[in-house]
Amino acid sequence: MSIEIKQERTAMLQSYDREIQSSVKKKKDLKLLSIESFSILVALVLFGIPFYFVIINSFKDVTEAANMSLAWPSSFHILENYKQVVTANNGMVLRAFFNSTLITLLSIITMILVCSMAAFVLQRRQGRGSKFLNSMVLVGLMIPPAIVPTIWVLQSIGLFKTLPGIVLLESALHFSFACMLYKAFMATIPREIDEAALMDGCSSFKLYFKIILPLLKPVTSTIIVLSSINIYNDFENMLYFFPGAENATVQLTLYNFKGMFGTSWNLLFADVLLISIPPLILFIFFNKKIVAGMTAGAVKG
Amino acid sequence: MSNVNKHMYSYFFIIPAAIIYTVFFLAPTVMSFFFSLTRWTLIDWEFIGLENFKQFFSEPSLMIGFKNTLFYAFSTMSLKVIIGLLLAVFLCSKIRNKNLLRSVVFFPALLSTIAVGVVFNAMMNPTIGIINKGLALIGITGPDWLGDANIALFSVVLVDVWKGVGIATVIFIAGIMAIPAEYYEAHKIDGGNSFQEFLHITLPLSRPALNTVIILALIGGMRTFDLVWAMTGGGPGFSTDLLASIIYKQYAGGFYGLATAGNVLLFLFVGLIAFPIFKLLNRKEVDL
Repeated sequence: MSIEIKQERTAMLQSYDREIQSSVKKKKDLKLLSIESFSILVALVLFGIPFYFVIINSFKDVTEAANMSLAWPSSFHILENYKQVVTANNGMVLRAFFNSTLITLLSIITMILVCSMAAFVLQRRQGRGSKFLNSMVLVGLMIPPAIVPTIWVLQSIGLFKTLPGIVLLESALHFSFACMLYKAFMATIPREIDEAALMDGCSSFKLYFKIILPLLKPVTSTIIVLSSINIYNDFENMLYFFPGAENATVQLTLYNFKGMFGTSWNLLFADVLLISIPPLILFIFFNKKIVAGMTAGAVKG
Repeated sequence: MSNVNKHMYSYFFIIPAAIIYTVFFLAPTVMSFFFSLTRWTLIDWEFIGLENFKQFFSEPSLMIGFKNTLFYAFSTMSLKVIIGLLLAVFLCSKIRNKNLLRSVVFFPALLSTIAVGVVFNAMMNPTIGIINKGLALIGITGPDWLGDANIALFSVVLVDVWKGVGIATVIFIAGIMAIPAEYYEAHKIDGGNSFQEFLHITLPLSRPALNTVIILALIGGMRTFDLVWAMTGGGPGFSTDLLASIIYKQYAGGFYGLATAGNVLLFLFVGLIAFPIFKLLNRKEVDL
């Protein structure tokens, strides 16, 4: 009975569709085409022009760049400008790139290990203690760090302005986010796997390192990509907790160049462009991962 | 089973995370409540009661931070919700090139905030900036975007929306894609138009996505520091000072107790605004 109704309905739908399609197809095509071209145009103006503006001005000489126009440069100074940026202040930019990369790398390794371990137990044990710990984790998603007390803590344990200090701090500040993603993914790994491992005489450490951690690979890669962009782009925490000329990081260098280069917009834009290359590369290769991480929880709420 | 639980899922796994998270985040947060009541030099402290908070509420240059932060958080949030939702509906429709357009809208979210601030600073120059030059082409005299104290904050809001609307859009797209196609088919059979479709199906059923965007944008807006610092540094005057930039200024001036009091106020502010909204939104959730 119900199958008949279903078939009838599909048939009706199909004929209905066909009818509409044939009668309005031409009109619709034209309308669609104009909407499409209009949207491309708007996107080009809003998002294309700023990029073109930065690129073209980083190729000009100082006086021409000072006009801040979209005009084509009368002469190109590409190598000259970029060389000047890279060698400014004894290669500050290169040092900043090295430092930022190192901080990002070490923070992510720490985070992946520590957060996945915590999420493993937090997701598997659903007791009263676990509930309290979960709410502590949530706090980290909402509240910004307490600046001066954090500096005081770092100073007291001798880690202020040091590489281990900023690495541990970045790991702590990204803990909540990584932990939530790991927990959500862990929920999709059946408990039967754990039990089977236990029956076979697996210790909990072996279970975690040999079975659970490899299974978490998809969400691990999402966390790696998203956190590396966040830590690389971090300005505020580097400003507070990792200051000093020796400790140059990319965002802080750009901010300082704003004052140092003054009106040399060509050099400033060249630096902007150099800094934007790593996120661009990640975006090209891991677009889907990034979107997946950012929309996690949006569907379930 | 509980025995197995204890054996398999030992709390030992949490210890490394707990130490790092407690020492570098939770402990300083708790400490801030104490140090906000002191005059503090990092080496020495003197207990002065609520003096710092009194100063915060009596000085106009500090008080303005609340008003600005509130305005900033709610205006960026509303613009991101409205524009993001419209863009998402548009980018889920039958147009071609939608993957390209999605990428274009989303990419600025990954750029460094400082870089975006520096570039928009140049583009918003009142006389030679390309925004005002472009407006002049269609006969509009553009304002002094960042120099006019009345609109500077709104200019920063616009840049924030330009940069962040992509995240709102992809979240809405994920929400809309999760709506079962049967709802749209049924609506089509009933002969509704596309506006009714948006109002009665897309909007109520993408509620979880809407909640996520609202909460993320509000909290993000209230914590904003980088963009304001890169674009205006809080000026002209104090017209674009947010709580986070005021905290930085007090910190840089060596007023550590006052800066910490500002930090505590920021916690309370975020908690008082974000938490009730979070509760309210979750109560009204629609089940699929």
